[in-house]
Amino acid sequence: MLVIKGLTKYFAKNTPHEILAINNFNLRVKKGDFITIIGSNGAGKSTLLDLIAGTLQADQGEIRLDGEVITSQPEYRRARWIGRVFQNPLLGTAPYMSIEENLVLSLKRERKGLRIALNKKIREYLREELSELGIGLENDLTKKVGLLSGGQRQAMTILMATMFKPKVLLLDEHTAALDPESSKKILKITQELVEERKGDLITLMVTHNMKQALEVGNRTIMMDRGCNILDIEGEEREKVDIDYLLKQFSKLRQQEYIEDRLVLG
Amino acid sequence: MPITLLLHGLEQGLIFGIMVLGVFITYKILDFPDLTVDGSFPLGAAVAAKVIFTGGNPLWGTFLALIAGFLAGMITALLHTKLKLTNLLSGILTMTLLYSVNLRIMDKPNIPLLGKVTLLEQIQNYFPNISLNYLIPFFFLFLIIILKLVLDLFFSTEIGLAIIATGDNEQMIRSLGTNTDMTKLIGLCLSNALVALSGAFFAQYSGFADVNMGLGTIVAGLASVIIGISIIRIPTIFWRTIAVVVGSLIYRLILIIALRYGYKLGFEPGDLKLISVLLVIIALSIPLIKSRIDFLTSFSLGRKDLQNKNHPGEEV
Repeated sequence: MLVIKGLTKYFAKNTPHEILAINNFNLRVKKGDFITIIGSNGAGKSTLLDLIAGTLQADQGEIRLDGEVITSQPEYRRARWIGRVFQNPLLGTAPYMSIEENLVLSLKRERKGLRIALNKKIREYLREELSELGIGLENDLTKKVGLLSGGQRQAMTILMATMFKPKVLLLDEHTAALDPESSKKILKITQELVEERKGDLITLMVTHNMKQALEVGNRTIMMDRGCNILDIEGEEREKVDIDYLLKQFSKLRQQEYIEDRLVLG
Repeated sequence: MPITLLLHGLEQGLIFGIMVLGVFITYKILDFPDLTVDGSFPLGAAVAAKVIFTGGNPLWGTFLALIAGFLAGMITALLHTKLKLTNLLSGILTMTLLYSVNLRIMDKPNIPLLGKVTLLEQIQNYFPNISLNYLIPFFFLFLIIILKLVLDLFFSTEIGLAIIATGDNEQMIRSLGTNTDMTKLIGLCLSNALVALSGAFFAQYSGFADVNMGLGTIVAGLASVIIGISIIRIPTIFWRTIAVVVGSLIYRLILIIALRYGYKLGFEPGDLKLISVLLVIIALSIPLIKSRIDFLTSFSLGRKDLQNKNHPGEEV
């Protein structure tokens, strides 16, 4: 269970450029939930994921994971439970290291020791996991990751984010930077890997694709100015279509427009 | 070229090779241009010389030098990770403070070790039949092979791989559960320990420690690393640790030749630093010049394959 209470985050706090990125945000996520998050640019989607992962520290509020408060834990400590895939396929892997070195680094999330990292048994295990991805890298374990395509690197990142059995999986528009074919494949791999862990994994996926937002997962939230303005699941979600979401978006725009007019006259 | 000149090049190349292994760890693996080495090299020399000069055990002095270098690296790491100073500034500050520390350790700017029993003479007592001229290069060759193998092993452990990843993609390795403050600390401590060890041996080899002997260590280290890596181009740790030591040998040989025969071209001993920097600049620009030439000749030869050349992952 992931519980977020009163989460608030400012950027450039106490300066004339202060921005309220996350505004008293609340969310309860059950084990097994796969939430898609939509919202316009600057709505706070990525900031929310950064706060959960610990890349950014919250100004107020609380994040609890299975009862434990993780709000002020450093990022590397939360990584024991949280797997993450970034929008940029280059961010999730180390280019000058080999495929097997990248994978083995993600396998053990606790304090790393003076054991030799790779041996025959671990290589065999990594090869098996890779072959299940179906991208044909299992025979190139010593190849440098920098030589792979964006799609292959993103597939590796997803494997690295799920292989260690995390409690939470954070996907930040992880198919957006890929071509349509790779994008489809990556989404399929994501769904398969999440399906494998059905019931005990929490997944949060940010997307700009409305169709994807409704088709993937079991719950959808819409964010605007750091708030959670729509939260639908189950039957209610099935009734909703893309048009409805688009209308919600244009309603928000309208409101912004009116507010701007009030201010600017 | 006289054989003694070659031997001197070999000896110095190997002794400075220990320092170059240290610079390799920070500059190439951690991607951290660490200027601390200009202070930790004479620190190692100062500590070892002081112990030997006051009649202590040379082995103990050499070991203390290693520890001192380790601590020097720690200061730089803490300035960078805890106080968030940039990597260059952290190194400069530690380097500068070490100048005073070294003077304090030595009590004077220079300690002569002539007539004192150094580690090298102790070793010769075990091998009375071998001339010191051959024993020294063999000893340092043996030492550097051991150090190289230990480093290779270390960088295949979990921590070692995490240190490599810190230099390659810091955000990634943090999101994979590694405290990158820690990996940087370990890398910097290890690096400066090697540099100080190199300084300790150089003091015993040359028979003195001087507070100014560290000037330009970083340039020599960078030159060696870059020369070595552009000659031996296999991007694995095993070959890289060989490459940088080979780079150190070549660099020392060039310097010795420049010192010995440079006067014929009008060089003076004071021009040595200029020559080292020119070496660094040339070595650094070789890849760029080479790709330019490849690109230009590809048109005259009409080779399409070279015009669209793109080798990700080749330049490490």
